[in-house]
Amino acid sequence: MVPESYYVALSAGLFVIGVLGVLIRRDPLVIFMSIELMLNAANLALVAFGHRHGSVDGQALALFVMAVAAAEVAVGLAIIVAIFQLRRRLSVDELSVMRG
Amino acid sequence: MPYAGFLLLAIVVGGSALGVILVRNPIHAALLLTVNLAGVAALYLMLQAQFLALVQVIVYAGAIAVLFVFAIMVLIPGKEETGPDPLRGYRWLAVPLAGLLLLETLLVLRSSVLQSASVTAAPNPSGEPLYRLLLTDFLFPFEVTSVLLLTALVGVMALTKRKVS
Repeated sequence: MVPESYYVALSAGLFVIGVLGVLIRRDPLVIFMSIELMLNAANLALVAFGHRHGSVDGQALALFVMAVAAAEVAVGLAIIVAIFQLRRRLSVDELSVMRG
Repeated sequence: MPYAGFLLLAIVVGGSALGVILVRNPIHAALLLTVNLAGVAALYLMLQAQFLALVQVIVYAGAIAVLFVFAIMVLIPGKEETGPDPLRGYRWLAVPLAGLLLLETLLVLRSSVLQSASVTAAPNPSGEPLYRLLLTDFLFPFEVTSVLLLTALVGVMALTKRKVS
């Protein structure tokens, strides 16, 4: 039986990789993927903690995180596509205005 | 034996996560993200969260990965990150900062929660399976989630529709 702390440490590592991706990349698509990595790391930690306490509450919470992440990806990608249709370039550094 | 499995999965998951943020081609990043999500699903299986592993494969490795690939097809990317980067110096700053964050996280984990005595003696003491919990204790969040998904659906259609003239 692998102790849960290993899972939580792995989850911390994944989260930091996601943070790094958000910080160093300019492509909004890759930034979105990094955000997915972070959400997944949080889910892994939730499930590991739930397993440690012998309860499925953590799994229920992770399930809701997944649903929210799915909605977030759908809306975020739609925004990215809308921005691309507007200005044909895609770099987060150039997106400094909110209006079209 | 479980340690070997965990180590293998940890290498796959960590390596693919690093790949997502390091490869230049977004389509490769999307494929590596799928590998990563499938690896996390296998970790869920090791944690006896079978239902969650299935949902992970269906929702993440299935739907979200396909969504990413579709977005990449629509956007024709690959040209965004080739130009000169005016913020290059600042970006290198991110690496030590991320290392610091990792150190902090591990220190916090080391110091507090996981040092207490193991409480895994009784797996699932309440005996409630996940599906029953979702429709009893978590019924309200469950319904809110469905409203959220509907809102996202309508929002996406409103965002991407073309003006009919």
